[in-house]
Amino acid sequence: MNPNYLRLAGIRKDFGSFTALEGVDLDIAQGEFVCFLGPSGCGKTTLLRIIAGLEVQTAGRIELAGRDISRLPPAERDYGIVFQSYALFPNLSIADNVAYGLVNRKVPKAQALARVAELLALVGLPGCEAKYPAQMSGGQQQRIALARALATSPSLLLLDEPLSALDAIVRVKLRQEIRSLQRKLGVTTVMVTHDQEEAFAVADRIVVMNQGTIEQVGTALEVYRDPATLFVADFVGRINALPATLHEGGSADQIRIGEQVFRCEHGSLHGHASGRDLRVYLRPEDVLARPIAPGDSNVFEAEIDKIDFMGPYCLVRVSSPRLGSSKLTVTLSLNYLAEARLEVGSRLPLRLPPDRMRVFS
Amino acid sequence: MTDLALAPALPPVHLKVHWTERCAHFALALVALALLAFLAAPLGAILLKAIEDAQGRFAGLANFIAYAKTPALLESLWNSVWVSALVTVVTLPAAFGFAYALTRSRMRFKALARTITLVPLLAPSLLAAISLIYWFGNQGTLKSWLTALGIAQIYGAPGIVLAEVFSTFPHALMILITSLTAADARLYEAADAMGTSARRKFFTITLPGAKYGLISAALVTFTLVITDFGIPKVIGGSFNVLATDVFKLVIGQQDFPKGAVVALLLLAPAVLTFAVDHWVSRKQTAMLTARAVPYRPKRAPWFDGLMSAYALCMCALILAMLGMAVFASFASFWPYDLRPSLRHYAMGLVDAEVGEAFVNSLVMAGGTALGGTLLVFAGAYLLEKTQGARPVRSLLRLLAMLPMAVPGLVLGLGYIFFFNAPANPLGGLYHTLTLLTICSIVHFYTTGHLTAVTALKGLDPEFEAVSASLKVPFYKTFWRVTLPICTPALVDIARYFFINAMTTISAVVFLYSPETKVASIAILNLDEAGEIGAAAAMAVLIVAANTVATLLFTVLSWWVDRRTQAWKQP
Repeated sequence: MNPNYLRLAGIRKDFGSFTALEGVDLDIAQGEFVCFLGPSGCGKTTLLRIIAGLEVQTAGRIELAGRDISRLPPAERDYGIVFQSYALFPNLSIADNVAYGLVNRKVPKAQALARVAELLALVGLPGCEAKYPAQMSGGQQQRIALARALATSPSLLLLDEPLSALDAIVRVKLRQEIRSLQRKLGVTTVMVTHDQEEAFAVADRIVVMNQGTIEQVGTALEVYRDPATLFVADFVGRINALPATLHEGGSADQIRIGEQVFRCEHGSLHGHASGRDLRVYLRPEDVLARPIAPGDSNVFEAEIDKIDFMGPYCLVRVSSPRLGSSKLTVTLSLNYLAEARLEVGSRLPLRLPPDRMRVFS
Repeated sequence: MTDLALAPALPPVHLKVHWTERCAHFALALVALALLAFLAAPLGAILLKAIEDAQGRFAGLANFIAYAKTPALLESLWNSVWVSALVTVVTLPAAFGFAYALTRSRMRFKALARTITLVPLLAPSLLAAISLIYWFGNQGTLKSWLTALGIAQIYGAPGIVLAEVFSTFPHALMILITSLTAADARLYEAADAMGTSARRKFFTITLPGAKYGLISAALVTFTLVITDFGIPKVIGGSFNVLATDVFKLVIGQQDFPKGAVVALLLLAPAVLTFAVDHWVSRKQTAMLTARAVPYRPKRAPWFDGLMSAYALCMCALILAMLGMAVFASFASFWPYDLRPSLRHYAMGLVDAEVGEAFVNSLVMAGGTALGGTLLVFAGAYLLEKTQGARPVRSLLRLLAMLPMAVPGLVLGLGYIFFFNAPANPLGGLYHTLTLLTICSIVHFYTTGHLTAVTALKGLDPEFEAVSASLKVPFYKTFWRVTLPICTPALVDIARYFFINAMTTISAVVFLYSPETKVASIAILNLDEAGEIGAAAAMAVLIVAANTVATLLFTVLSWWVDRRTQAWKQP
């Protein structure tokens, strides 16, 4: 497997005075499934369109399988693409849509038909050759679009928010199918999405983007557990941000939040100047209500301000005089709340695990 | 960032251009070149002519000063302005009322009422003038009504105003219907929930919602009137306006420089209209969001009755106008012998050789419909769906919108100046039916262009991207997908070209020769010769031809729908 199958080097894109992308370097391995994740306007779609040759980069180099494709028009690159809008040709039958790229390559008719049948079976819609796109549901149309993109066995598959126009249930089902299809065919795939859950579910690696630059590249777990930047910590998942300072005179791994001193293990304190304003980031599910043994460090008593029922769990807002004005959101299970008879106004001990606290300045 | 700014600037990256794209650029350049030669160059010729003296030497503003010193011409300017303003003031409320009846009441036979109001579009504008002469002229049926109102005669301003109201009514109506249809029912429901009176709803929701439509309709009406030539020519008598001045100066006195000055004056309101309309249409798009719920009028017996009565009156007036022309065209000898005969038809077609002109008209309208549709669609497609060649693209975009701002009379005058110039290698086209056809295509280009652009914008913008990724050249996708989906729009464009080419006068009045005279011009000549009965007969024939053409186009679009739009049915 070639680890540098698709190489982006120094990609920059200006629209007039607005810089949409800057200094984007990225290597994608053969057979990998990569997601570009970011808020709208972060440049992820622009980057995909540059890979496709639908936009021209202001500067930078793109290589696919060792071939420089930076200046090639779309038709001379080798990829299949699926758009949010499906972009199926409404006046052509499903068979004609899927065979659209085959016909042009002078594939004999019988062979093309066999290939169409094979692809339709692959996307789970066998036997719908004679139908028209308008006769199919959104999810079905997107499968057809996928079959069309894969028909010519491209070396790269580009997916531009392919699931955003679909219902929640169809979306979950189809994303799993796309993932297993991609595994089966081993085609290198880049998908653009703004839905982190979707990215977590399908991607081998996630590229988190913000304001035209890459913030972090990593597996779902790395991005979630170990956000490289403030932005990633904020953007991916739910998180608590607590203002803090270095604990003057204490040991090197101690910080102060409100009146209480906490120990954090991460080594991330290293390099932060003393006295500077810091922020401690901590996910709601990482704040522990149990087990807490007597003598455990990083424990404080909190009072419940508000309980939001979320289905499988509750988001509990707590405050503590020990933490000053900071509020904290904690994930607690419904069972635990009932068991411990917790309600608004109840007090409970909470622990901030030293290995889960991330510190940014 | 700053480091990068200091570093030497890298050369910008350009994609290699695929050969199929070069074809597209070449085609784009051809369309732009055609519009440069047949639109921009003639307009340039007018500008040049206006600053030259009769010998072709540079004269600066001398022609404009001479114009301003001619009292008769200034009077025409004033006449044109006040007549146009008056027509606008009359047409706008009349059309608004009708549009309101069609969109906001539950009156019956809406489709029929709407069809009747479109009839004036099938006739040359001067048909209204001819009808008015039969109703209120010196031997008119209702001459006494006119006298009772204290108007001495229909010839002059009263006739022009009445006839223009009739012929501009459908144009204003179409714009107002569109803007009144774009109403969000939720606004009215919210107002009802707060117990708002009908009057207050009208002034706070309906009128502001239709504001841009009203502005646009007013401007269009004003421009149509001030640039119209046929009506003042037929019923204006000695009442001079700018449009008739141009004709007299150029054809009668051969005073080209002064003619050019007047043409520029005619261009001014049209350019203003164009600019304001452009601005308005930008504002208008934001009015209706995708989430809006279309307004459905509720039953209200009194209001519906009132609206029906009004619509009925207007339809009756329109039919009276048309009916009188038809009736008079068959009358043996107005007003003494009203028995039906084909005398006027025989006279017009055979004696005055309008038959030949009629054939010319059909050839020209057919050519305009065919050539115009091809050119317009090719241009719109290349603009909307291909990439690259930025400068040519912006130029073509501008040229495609420009004809909207150029009155036919001005365009025709430009054609004389440009194609009649001895040095012009295209001079051989002058006086030919080909040039008449080209002139009509250019004159009506913008509306066709906008229709095509709307149809093309309705297609998924990613079709071309998908095709490129599948390595299918753009022209194959054009042939297999874009063209079949857009065929209904193409039929619409062809119909529009045909009908307008059949009825146009102003664009071609300077360009015909005895051999290439078209029917609408022949009517003008018959009227000038005092053969108003034959003129009426020929105008009726044009209406008939256009009606048949409309029916044929309807059949064609039905057939095209069945052939190419089968995929729409689930």
